[in-house]
Order: sequence, then structure tokens, then C-alpha cells
Amino acid sequence: MLPMFFWAFVIGGIICVIGQLMFDVAKLTPAHTLSTLVVAGAILDGFGLYEPFADFAGAGATIPITSFGNALVHGAMQEAETHGLVGVLTGMFEVTSSGISAAIVFGFIGALLFKPKG
Amino acid sequence: MLKGKQSWLFPNHPVILSTGVSGGPFEANGYLAHDFDILHDDLWMGKDSYEQAHRLLLEEAAQTALQKSEVKPEDIQFFIAGDLINQITPTSFAARDLKIPYFGLFGACSTSMEGLALASFLINYQGATKILTGASSHNAAVEKQFRYPTEYGGQKPPTAQWTVTGAGVALVAANNNQPNLPYTTSATIGKVMDMGISDPFNMGGAMAPAAADTISAHFNDLGRDASYYDLIITGDLGKIGRETAIALLTNNGWDINPDKFKDCGLLLYKENQPVQSGGSGAGCSATVLYGHLLNEMKKGKYKKILLVATGALLSPLTVQQKETIPCIAHAVSIEINGG
Amino acid sequence: MANKKNKQKTPQQQQYEQLEKKFETKRPVLKNCIKAFFVGGLICTIGQVISYFYIYFFHFTEQTSGNPTSATVIFFSMLLTGFGIYDRLGQFAGAGSAVPVSGFGNSIISAAIEHRTEGFVLGVGGNIFKLAGSVILFGVFSAFVVALVKTIIMELGGL
Repeated sequence: MLPMFFWAFVIGGIICVIGQLMFDVAKLTPAHTLSTLVVAGAILDGFGLYEPFADFAGAGATIPITSFGNALVHGAMQEAETHGLVGVLTGMFEVTSSGISAAIVFGFIGALLFKPKG
Repeated sequence: MLKGKQSWLFPNHPVILSTGVSGGPFEANGYLAHDFDILHDDLWMGKDSYEQAHRLLLEEAAQTALQKSEVKPEDIQFFIAGDLINQITPTSFAARDLKIPYFGLFGACSTSMEGLALASFLINYQGATKILTGASSHNAAVEKQFRYPTEYGGQKPPTAQWTVTGAGVALVAANNNQPNLPYTTSATIGKVMDMGISDPFNMGGAMAPAAADTISAHFNDLGRDASYYDLIITGDLGKIGRETAIALLTNNGWDINPDKFKDCGLLLYKENQPVQSGGSGAGCSATVLYGHLLNEMKKGKYKKILLVATGALLSPLTVQQKETIPCIAHAVSIEINGG
Repeated sequence: MANKKNKQKTPQQQQYEQLEKKFETKRPVLKNCIKAFFVGGLICTIGQVISYFYIYFFHFTEQTSGNPTSATVIFFSMLLTGFGIYDRLGQFAGAGSAVPVSGFGNSIISAAIEHRTEGFVLGVGGNIFKLAGSVILFGVFSAFVVALVKTIIMELGGL
């Protein structure tokens, strides 16, 4: 268990450093940076590289936004295996639903409960 | 009268009878807190939105200026003001409640001097006997419109600036030899300058050429140089813009003393306040001039100052469309007790 | 889009750019990267703790624990955003707080909270995806393309 914590910390940290370099050196906006990272996650899963990466790094690979791209491809591929091409569309949100649903639900709850503080 | 290419002289010395300056929590913790008439301890100020709080700041500043001179709104001919919010609604809504004939201005953060220049010209040439002019901004309302939601965890680079939450309003009137009151003597209207900077987080760097251009034009038109003034102060160039402007002016052959060349955005806040390169916003030059600087003039510290308000004429859309940032600067000279 | 011709800077503009760069405060890249590394790593480690919590107490497996873990992390980012802490964390950590899924939650929740003054339907509803929209759009579209290409290749040649 303990090694997993170490790798989660290190790998998660490294992915964030890549993001920081995109902010500071490439001068990209957060939207550009995060969109690029999501696409990278999708492409890596396309090559079958993200799952072994996640087995090794645990939360260090599943917490960064890159895992969102990976989960979308995974869901799409799972459905495509059983239902063919149509599965690409129907399966996408199966695996990743909690991230987006949680964000939307908590966003609305947040708007009900909180006032921005500036 | 027109002097030179783009400047006006005000031989009748329109006088600034009184001023009103309001601010928010950050300004209350800054260096110039004692020069504010009204300070709020939170950004909502008891209102339902940031935009309404923004309007309140301007209304309070205007009412304070009127009360100090015991003048009623019905005695004012014109209200000349603006802000940064879309369609300058906070100012227009405040004008609705003041019920004074209104010129709405947009010069971004140069609005304060655009207004003071126009007000001075009208008073000098008897187009009016009393004019209320000012500018305002509200940090959260501006961030919401131009950048990100205020609770978003974005990281501002060290070149960014902090929009002032505050309003500064002046009551300008015909000179009746009132003692120890500051008066305007000249103004130079700037033209839009664009030196190809496109980073909306580096407005100081974008605005410096406009400031340098207007100051040079002022010196050329009026046959003056930096030594004429006890202080030349820009609106919100911030640390980077100020140093760049000094370099530009020096390269153009003007002798600038850095100790007498300051910036309003650098005066407002303390070292430990997270404002990166300094304060900015339409309210920045207005609150510092109509509060702190005029107080210093009345105390005798300065007799002749040139205030150069600088504005960046961008919008969130132009940034997304990868346009550069055109900027403008307007200068007004203010003197006291014979200058 | 700005005309490609207009993007060429005049010699005067280029000269100014050189001058201005001398006074421009440089971003502290190394310091920012170190801060991003530690905060990002810490958030992921906390995510790992939450993941194990779900595995041991709620019988999720390593594969399926990802979903409730993301949801829990986003719940915490709602609290931090609502109490005005996430924006300060973001200024300190930069990508360290923006890249983890908590940053995604923060982008949605902060937009929702901000635009409540314009009402729930047009304000909150109309603006909630202001920042996260790009991530969702490109995530979904790139996944669509990748999965499509992969499926076609598999059906044609067999992988």
C-alpha cells in the first residue's frame, strides 16, 4: 500500500508540473492546458498505455484531468466491443459519469449555498 | 484654447471645489486609507450583486463631493463619468438617480482624466458653472467580466495588476478666487497607441507607450518639460509600465527624474497585499488623485502636478480573437496657490 | 481571426517589445513548478487515501473505486471553492490545483456560484460551463475520434 502513496504523489506531481510548464513557458491559458491534457489522456488510452500507467501510479494517474480523457475512451471502447461503431457514442459517459455528474450537482448545490467572496 | 496639436489651456483656472472618494476592503488595508471618505469592509456592501455595489461606490462618492460643497444636484449642469463594466451601466444607473444631464464616457482606466479634461474645458469656456466628474471600478465585477469567476483557482502572473474597488468624483466649478483650492490649468488628449502587446495579464507593458506619447505631446504642445512639475503621476502603469515609460521618455530626449515620476497604482497598497505589479482600474487614478494627491497639494507638498491616466482598450472578445491591446492616455495639469 | 498580415509586428513594435521585455518581471518558473509538484502530488495522495477508503469499507475494486473517489474529491473542492479557499490555493499552486479533477470541479462550481446573481436558469445554467466547456468538448471529441479510429482498425485488420 505504501509504495502506492509514494507513486501517487510523484506521478500526480509530475503531471501537474507538465501543466505548470504549459502555463508558464508555453503561456497557455488554463482552458488550453487542460484541454490538451485531456486529449493526451484520450490518445494514451488509444494506444493502451493509460491503464498500465494507472495500475502503477494509482490516484497519481486517476486524479489528474488526463484520466478524464482515458475514461471517455475506455467507456467508448467497452461499448464498441459489444455493439460495434454505435457503441463509440453510447458508451462514452458510462465510465466517467461520476466526475461530470458530481461537478454539475455540486456546482448547483454550491450556487444554492454559497456567495462568492471575491 | 487649443495649444499645439492636441492640448488645451485653461486660462480661467477651473477650480476643484470638492471631491468624494469611496473604497473597498483592500483599499481600507492599504497605504492611503486615511485619504478615503468612505470605506467598505466587504465587496457586497449590502447589495445583491457586485455590479450594484459598484454603483453604490460611485453614488457615495458623488454625494460626498456634493455635501462637502453644500451644492445640490439641481445646481450641477453636467455629470461626466464612466467605468469599465459593459455599457458603463453602473455609471449610467448612478446618473439616473442623480438626475443630472449626463455624458457617459469610456476610456477604460483613463476615464478619470478624460472626464476632468472635458469638465475643465466646459467650465473654462462657460459651457457650465458646475460639473461633477469621476470614474469608478469594482474588483470583483471587473474580474467577472474580463477574466475569471472570482472563486476560480487561476494563477495570476507577476505582471498582472489588481483592479481597485473604488470611486473618485470631483466637483469642478468656475474660479472665484477661492483660497487654497486646486485648479486645472491644461490638458492633453491622447491618441490610441498600439505597440503589439497582446497579453491581457501585462497591461502596464501595453499602456506605457500611450503614456509616453501623451506626455511627450504635452511637453511639445505647451513648451514645457518635466522640470515644470513637482510630480508627474500616471494612473495605473504599475511597476513594469512605469519603468518602461521612463525608459521610453528618456530615449526620446526628455530628462525624467524617477523620484518625481510616480504611479497611482503603486501608491495605494502595502507590500504585503497580493497585488502583483500594482493597482489598476478606472477607480485607481480617480481615488488617488481626488483623495490623496489633492490632500497633499492642499497641505503644500505639491504645487504643480501632471496626472496622466492610462487605459487599455481591450475586451474579453478581442483577447479571444488574438488581437493586440490598443491603449490611450490623457493628461491634466493641476496647480494650487499660484503654481 | 486577426488577419495574418496584421500579426507581423512593425520594426517599431519589435523594438518596443525588446525594450519592454527588459522591465517585464519574469515568471518564477522553477518556484511555480515546485509548488505545483507538491500541491498536485498532495491532492493525488489524498485521492489515493479516499480510494483505499472506498475499497476497504465499501467493497469497491481498484478499477471501480475511481468513480466515487472523483465524486468525493469534487465534493471537497465545492467546500473549498464556496468558502473562498480554492482561489487562494490556485494562486499559490497554479497547475497543482488546476490539473487534478478538483480543479475541474472548481471551474464548474466557481462559475455557478458567481453567476447566481443573474438567476438560476440564465445565470447559473447559462454560465456553469464557462471554463469547463473546453475540457468537456475536447475530451469527448478526442475520445470519439480515438475510439472510432481504434474500432475501425480493429474491425478491418484485427489488433
